[in-house]
Amino acid sequence: MKTAPALDVDGLLGDPRMRIIVCCGSGGVGKTTTAAALGLRAAELGRNVVVLTVDPARRLAQSMGLSELDNTPRPVVEYDNGGSLHAMMLDMKRTFDEIIEAHADPDRARQILTNPFYQSLSSSFAGTQEYMAMEKLGQLGRSDEWDLIVVDTPPSRSALDFLDAPERLGRFLDGRVLRLLVAPAKAGGRGAFKLLNVGIGMVTNIANKVIGAQVLKDIQTFVSAFDAMFGGFRERAEQTYKLLQAPGTAFLVVAAPEKDALREASYFVERLAEERMPLAGLVVNRVHRSPAADLSGARSTAAAEDLDRRGGHEVAAAVLRLHADRMRVATRERREQESFMSAHPTVPVAEVPAMPGDVHDLDGLREIGERLAS
Amino acid sequence: MSARDTDWDGVRLHVVTGKGGTGKTTVAAALALALASGGKKVLLVEVEGRQGIAQLFDRPPLPYEEKKIAVAPGGGDVHALAIDPEEAMLEYLEMFYGLRRAGKALTKMGVIDFITTIAPGLRDVLLTGKTTESVRRKDPSGRRVYDAVVLDAPPTGRVVRFLNVTTEVADLARVGPIRTHADMVRGVVASPETAVHFVTLLEEMPVQETLDGIADLRAEGLPPGGVFINMVRPEILPEETLEAAGEDRLDLDELIVGLKAAGLTDDAEETARALAAEVAEHAHRTRLERRERQTLAKADRPRYELPLLADGVDLAGLYELADTIKAQGAA
Ligand SMILES: Nc1ncnc2c1ncn2[C@@H]1O[C@H](COP(=O)(O)OP(=O)(O)O)[C@@H](O)[C@H]1O
Ligand SMILES: Nc1ncnc2c1ncn2[C@@H]1O[C@H](COP(=O)(O)OP(=O)(O)O)[C@@H](O)[C@H]1O
Ligand SMILES: [Mg+2]
Ligand SMILES: [Mg+2]
Repeated sequence: MKTAPALDVDGLLGDPRMRIIVCCGSGGVGKTTTAAALGLRAAELGRNVVVLTVDPARRLAQSMGLSELDNTPRPVVEYDNGGSLHAMMLDMKRTFDEIIEAHADPDRARQILTNPFYQSLSSSFAGTQEYMAMEKLGQLGRSDEWDLIVVDTPPSRSALDFLDAPERLGRFLDGRVLRLLVAPAKAGGRGAFKLLNVGIGMVTNIANKVIGAQVLKDIQTFVSAFDAMFGGFRERAEQTYKLLQAPGTAFLVVAAPEKDALREASYFVERLAEERMPLAGLVVNRVHRSPAADLSGARSTAAAEDLDRRGGHEVAAAVLRLHADRMRVATRERREQESFMSAHPTVPVAEVPAMPGDVHDLDGLREIGERLAS
Repeated sequence: MSARDTDWDGVRLHVVTGKGGTGKTTVAAALALALASGGKKVLLVEVEGRQGIAQLFDRPPLPYEEKKIAVAPGGGDVHALAIDPEEAMLEYLEMFYGLRRAGKALTKMGVIDFITTIAPGLRDVLLTGKTTESVRRKDPSGRRVYDAVVLDAPPTGRVVRFLNVTTEVADLARVGPIRTHADMVRGVVASPETAVHFVTLLEEMPVQETLDGIADLRAEGLPPGGVFINMVRPEILPEETLEAAGEDRLDLDELIVGLKAAGLTDDAEETARALAAEVAEHAHRTRLERRERQTLAKADRPRYELPLLADGVDLAGLYELADTIKAQGAA
């Protein structure tokens, strides 16, 4: 059986040079749980930590004192060794509003904030959440209040969205089509658009037909108000992106021991390498293992059948069947994990077992932290 | 035509939602197979651009075209369609404005993608519009082309908004084709011809989301359907054993005797202890799962249970799930 190098979680959390840990992965694999558990463990190790969560389950949020979405770090625990944990929940709309307020004079800011197009952009555009998570991370990073920031990433289906979406939003706001819609005459006058001249009237025409004059007008107002601050907006995003490549940053890819999740993890690992972003390792979460792993599934099934034939050992037979079932799941998971390892033999791995129930309090997080580190 | 009543007779649009990863795509596909069985024609639709259906049926990516992808037990066909908002937009421009060529040119410039991205709700109205069009479509003899349409929908958190198109596009268009389109969608999704089903696991978060989702649907006058409890583990242990294990009083000696009787004599004691630990954990999990089951009962919707397929979902597994769905009266 192949084995991957073990991920030294305590080494990572305890390293004072480590400033940012980003937990990525596809939806539902345990990013939020892992981020919170890492934060708690780092605090136990004496670090001054803030965890930026995006979508904690209700009870988990409550257990960390996060009753509302207010963008404010709340104290969770403090330790005698000086370590402490704060947690906050990302409010993407408010984060966006704050950027506007920081970059535009009050009049213009008000104009933007009340614009219907801005309102839908800031609360529902695909990618805004990822962008704002990065923005918030940048703010926390610059504030110097924390020696470690653990970031949970938004619940998109694909892990890559976290890296791609901000760029997409930036391109969108800076895009030529947007300009084309807003000021077709001006755009048409520029050389680059000469060729498209025929198309330009058509663009506004169709846009008008499909989305209506009012929406088009809202977009125009938004763009002209936003134009002045676009440079600052872009610059911020670039700074944060650079932060992700800095030596004090580490990515942890979280995956369930399932084909889809591990495939996503693979893509993400490759992408990080391309972006020269530092990967710390893979966390395989919710792994099913058996305390009686020496007894194989096949032997267990055979033994149960044998007992059925003999009669009189119903309980033992049922227990053996249950075990065989568990071993079947464990074997399948193992196989999925091995195919990841063959493709990425050097990526350190930590495994966390599937707990019988949800993880919704500090004790649960502490236990996950222990399993991560062992 | 089968004469047997199902829980959803009269429903033509089955919308399948649920928390991400609970098995929406899998359940939608199994439901489509179950609905098609016995000679029906069913369309399975996806809208998230994931090509999840193609992957599940082991096919190359689906084009924007209704294609037969499976034959149901006892005859009957499942067709599939991956709706792409850009393509749906082009179709729409052609239908209402006769703008096929211009639409294509604009696609190349990225304008169509842009418009479907920025206009709030437009994307959704295009996706649901195409879906409801397939629900209502009739052949020349006036019969519906599909006996049922199954929509692999966005997850619970987004589904109400997705279906609630009239409100969503209110800002976009008070009159005109978009509005007509939205009203047509509303006419179908808010009618007894539609049921919005939830897929959940016996875990806290998905169960909570299911209850919230059902309440949200009701508040918007949309019809909640059934609850599909997915990945249910078989209950192998006799009730007394489960209880005993839960209270840490499983009879170790009895287990050891059993193991030895089955020839597992090496380290029988140690093995028995390890197995007992495994059983205790199982008992704990079972207790929590039962609690979630009770919580789900509060929603007062029909419930169906689908087994966890230990080897993962392949085609055979999909048919197995379809059988289970039929046997429980959901199709
Ligand atoms: N190791 C584990 N054992 C049991 N349940 C877990 C484990 N890790 C996470 N969970 C549960 O799984 C659900 C999803 O986890 P979450 O961290 O919110 O995932 P994500 O942020 O990736 O969507 C939560 O209910 C959480 O309590
Ligand atoms: N009943 C089941 N037994 C075993 N595995 C399942 C079952 N239902 C779904 N799965 C697996 O769970 C994963 C998520 O299922 P999928 O249908 O893609 O969920 P969703 O569409 O909600 O994201 C897939 O790997 C799928 O094969
Ligand atoms: Mg999360
Ligand atoms: Mg899916």
